[in-house]
Amino acid sequence: MAHKIISKSQLSEDVFTADVEAGHIVRAAKAGQFVIISVNNEFGERIPLTIAGVNPQNGTIKIIWQRVGKTTAHLADLKGGDSIAAIVGPLGRPTHIENFGAVVCVGGGIGAAPLLPIAKALKEAGNKITVILGARSKSILILEDEFRKISDEIIITTDDGSYGRKGFVSEALAEVCRRTPKPNQAFVIGPAIMMKVCCEVTKEFAVPTQVSLNTIMVDGTGMCGGCRIEYDGKPKFVCVDGPEFDGHKVNFDLMMKRLAAYKEMEKTSYEQYKKHVCKIYRRRTGDG
Amino acid sequence: MANDNKQTKQNNNREAGGLTAAERYKIPPQDMPEQAPEQRARNFEEVATGFTEEQARKEALRCLGCKNAPCVKGCPVRIRIKDFIAEIAQGNYKKSLEIIKENSLLPAVCGRVCPQENQCQEQCTVGIKFKDIAKSVSIGRLERFVADLDVDDKDTPKVGAPTDRKVAIIGSGPGGIVAAADTRRAGHDVTIFEAFHKPGGVMVYGIPEFRLPKSIVQKEIDTLTRMGVKIVPNFVVGKTSTIEQLLKEDGFDAVYIGVGAGLPKFMNIEGESFVGVYSANEYLTRANLMRAYKFGAGADTPIARSKKAAVIGGGNVAMDAARMAVRLGAEKVYLIYRRTEKEMPARVEEVHHAKQEGVEFHLLQNPKRIIGDENCRVKAIECLRYKLGEPDASGRQRPVAIAGSEFQIEVDCVIVAVGNIPNPLIQQTSPELKFNEEGCIIVDEKGRTSMEAVYAGGDIVTGAATVIQAMGQGRTAAQSINEYLQQKTKIRS
Ligand SMILES: Cc1cc2nc3c(=O)[nH]c(=O)nc-3n(C[C@H](O)[C@H](O)[C@H](O)COP(=O)(O)OP(=O)(O)OC[C@H]3O[C@@H](n4cnc5c(N)ncnc54)[C@H](O)[C@@H]3O)c2cc1C
Ligand SMILES: Cc1cc2nc3c(=O)[nH]c(=O)nc-3n(C[C@H](O)[C@H](O)[C@H](O)COP(=O)(O)OP(=O)(O)OC[C@H]3O[C@@H](n4cnc5c(N)ncnc54)[C@H](O)[C@@H]3O)c2cc1C
Ligand code: SF4
Ligand code: SF4
Ligand code: FES
Repeated sequence: MAHKIISKSQLSEDVFTADVEAGHIVRAAKAGQFVIISVNNEFGERIPLTIAGVNPQNGTIKIIWQRVGKTTAHLADLKGGDSIAAIVGPLGRPTHIENFGAVVCVGGGIGAAPLLPIAKALKEAGNKITVILGARSKSILILEDEFRKISDEIIITTDDGSYGRKGFVSEALAEVCRRTPKPNQAFVIGPAIMMKVCCEVTKEFAVPTQVSLNTIMVDGTGMCGGCRIEYDGKPKFVCVDGPEFDGHKVNFDLMMKRLAAYKEMEKTSYEQYKKHVCKIYRRRTGDG
Repeated sequence: MANDNKQTKQNNNREAGGLTAAERYKIPPQDMPEQAPEQRARNFEEVATGFTEEQARKEALRCLGCKNAPCVKGCPVRIRIKDFIAEIAQGNYKKSLEIIKENSLLPAVCGRVCPQENQCQEQCTVGIKFKDIAKSVSIGRLERFVADLDVDDKDTPKVGAPTDRKVAIIGSGPGGIVAAADTRRAGHDVTIFEAFHKPGGVMVYGIPEFRLPKSIVQKEIDTLTRMGVKIVPNFVVGKTSTIEQLLKEDGFDAVYIGVGAGLPKFMNIEGESFVGVYSANEYLTRANLMRAYKFGAGADTPIARSKKAAVIGGGNVAMDAARMAVRLGAEKVYLIYRRTEKEMPARVEEVHHAKQEGVEFHLLQNPKRIIGDENCRVKAIECLRYKLGEPDASGRQRPVAIAGSEFQIEVDCVIVAVGNIPNPLIQQTSPELKFNEEGCIIVDEKGRTSMEAVYAGGDIVTGAATVIQAMGQGRTAAQSINEYLQQKTKIRS
C-alpha cells in the first residue's frame, strides 16, 4: 500500500510540501492531528508529521516538512509520482476548538505548518485571531499568505531583521499579552526552546497556552512510551495524550534532552545518506 | 484378562516403533543443538538450530503413546500429540504435520515459543516418571522439527465458495492470523487491519529474531495472502476508523478484535523519563521491527548502544530485552527482579539461555530511582534489597523491601519490562463494548463481545498471555463468526 505523491513543491531552502494519497485518513482527520510516515518498510524510520490539510475529493493529505535529517532529506528528494511506503493516521487528539474570544497564535519556523489548520479552525469558530510568525530570516519564512487570509492581525518577526520586526516571537507575544484586554488563549507551536520561552511569557500574563509537542516517536499509538514527557510532574505520552498540552505544565528542559537522545547517530545517518545520494547523482550524470 | 490387556498394550507399542515402555524410558532425551553462547551473543541468528532427523526419530521413540494422553490436556488447542509423534517415529512427516495442523495453524511458531514446560510437557508421563519435567518428551521441539521440514510448503488451504459476507480482523497477531484463516476457509471476504507497517503482531515486533526468525512468520502471512485474505497495514482501528464505522459504513458483517495488550507499564519512579530509559516495547520494537541493530548498515532507526544496561523484570519480555542488549554490544547486562528465580514467569529455557550469554541476575532487588547526569542521561540505578514475605493473592510470596538497603549500580541504559496492559484506544472509541477493570474486553466462551457481530480473543481478552492461547481463542471466535454469518445469510435470503 504505497502512497503516491500527487504534487510536491519547495516553500523555502529547507521546507517542502506535498499532497499525498492517503484515502484512508481523510475521513477521520481533524486539526491538530498527525500521521506517521516511513519512506521504506524494511529499513526506514517512522517519523511523525502534522496533517497540514486534507482534500477529501482527491483523497489526499498535505504535509509540510523541514529537512533536518535522513528521513526528511529522503522525503525532500522524492518527486511527484513517487511513493511513500507507509502513512499511519490520523493520530493524536484533535485540537480543542471553541470560541475563546481573542486568540493569539504563535508559529516559529516549521511550527507554522501545524499551526495553520488550527488557526483556520479557530477562525471558523468565530475567534478574533492575532498571528505571530517567526523565522530566522525572510527567505525561510513560510505560509505568510495563507495566514494573512485568515488572521485579523499578523505580526512577523525575523531573527536577523531581514523582514518584519527584528527579534523573537516571544517579544511580540509579550507585547500582545500586555494589551488590554489581553488575549483569552494562546496557541504556540515551534521548536521546543521557542515554546518554552513563549510559555514563560504567557505564564507571567496568566494567558492559558496550548503547545503542540514534537517528541521522538516510534508507533504513535501508545505502545512504546518513547514519546513520554513530564507533565505536571507525571509522565504523559505525547502521541495519545497529546500532541497538545497546557504549555505551563510541560517540563521543556527534560523534553529537549530527550529530543537530543540520538543526536550523534542521526548525524551519522544523515551524512551517510548524503554520500549515498551524491554517488547516485554522479552515476546518473556520468560524473566519475 | 490382565494378561490380555498387557498383550494389546505391547502390540500397540510395537506398532508405534516396536519398543516396550521400559525400552523407551532408556532412550536419553535428545539435546537441542544450539549455537555456542559466546558465538550467538554476537549475532542475531536463531539460538536453537533444531533437531536433526536422527534426533527427532529418537526423541519420538521416547513417547509411550499413553492411552489417556495426559499431555493433550496441557495443550490449550488440544493437539493430538501422541499421534503426530508416532508418525515422526515412523518417518511420516507429512502426515505428522497434517495432524498438528488440524489444531494449530502455526506449529513452527508454537514449537519454538510455547511455554511447554507449563503446558503439554508438564503433564507428560515420561517426565512424571523421572520426576523431572526436563525429561518429558520434547513435544515442542518435535513440532518444530516437522514444521521446519517445509513438507507442505506449496499447499494453500482450501477456501470455500464465496459467501458475500465481509469479515474484518483487527490486529495481525497469532489470534488474528488464525481467525482470518478460519473465516476465509468458510468462504468469507476477509480483511486484516494492522496498525504497524508489517503484520505478525508480537511475533514480529516483540519476540526477537534469535528466538523466532521473522521469515517463519512471513511464511504464514504469505499463506494467508495466497488464500485471498487482504492485509491492510498502517490502519489503526479507533483512529483511522472506528469499529462502528467498519460495520455501518464500510460494509463489514462481523469483526474480530485481536489487538493484544500493547501498552507498557512503567514503575513510576524518579528519573524514569531520563534519556536511556526504555520500555521493553520500545527497545524491542526498535531492534526487531525497525532493525535498529543494522543502524549504520542500512537501517535508519537508532537505538542506544549501551555499555552497561539494567533490565527490570522477570518475564519473557525481560529475557528478550536483556539478550537483545547483549547482542547490541553491552558489556554488562543486569537483570533486576524483586523475587527469586523460582517465581520468575519467564520460560526456563530463556532464563538458561540468558545466563549462558552472560546476563547477570540480580534477584530480590528492585529499583527505587534512576539517577541521571547533567544532560539527563542515565548514569546509575538505585535499588533496594528485598525479602520474600507472606503469599499474595496469586499464591506467590510477596516481596518486601528491606528498609535502608539502598545501593547503586552504574548503568547507562535502563529497560523496563514490568508488564503490558491493553491499549485503551478501542475502549475510548467503542462505547457499546464492555471491558473489565483491567481494560480487557469481556467475552463469553464463544468469543462473543457485548456488541453484536463483534468478537474478540488473545491478549486483549486475557491480558498478556501466550501465542498458543491467542491462537486458540482466534479459532473459537472464528467458529462463532462462521456460525453467526451462516445464520445471517439464512435470514437475509
Ligand atoms: C506530533 C508531531 C508532529 C510533527 N510535525 C512536523 C511537521 O509538520 N513538519 C516537520 O517538519 N516536522 C514535524 N515534526 C518533527 C519531525 O517528526 C522530525 O523533524 C523528524 O522526525 C526528523 O527526522 P529526520 O530523520 O529527518 O531527522 P533526524 O536526523 O532523525 O532528527 C533530527 C531531529 O528530529 C527529531 N526526531 C528524530 N526522530 C524523530 C522521530 N522518530 N519522531 C519525532 N522526532 C524525531 C529529533 O529531535 C532530532 O534531533 C513533528 C513531530 C511530532 C512529534
Ligand atoms: C517480548 C515478548 C516475548 C514474548 N514471548 C513469548 C513466548 O516466548 N511464548 C509465548 O507463548 N508468548 C510470548 N509472548 C506473548 C505473546 O506474544 C502474546 O501473548 C501473543 O502474541 C498475543 O497474541 P494476540 O493475537 O493477542 O496479538 P498480538 O501479538 O498482541 O498482536 C496484536 C496486533 O494488533 C495490532 N494492533 C493493536 N492495536 C491496533 C488497532 N487499534 N488497530 C489495528 N491494529 C492494532 C498490533 O500492532 C499487533 O500487531 C511474548 C510477548 C512479548 C511482548
Ligand atoms: S501447541 Fe504448544 S502446548 Fe500445544 S502441543 Fe504444541 S508445544 Fe505443546
Ligand atoms: S504424555 Fe508424554 S509419553 Fe504420554 S503420549 Fe503424551 S507425550 Fe507421549
Ligand atoms: S510514540 Fe510510542 S507511545 Fe507514543
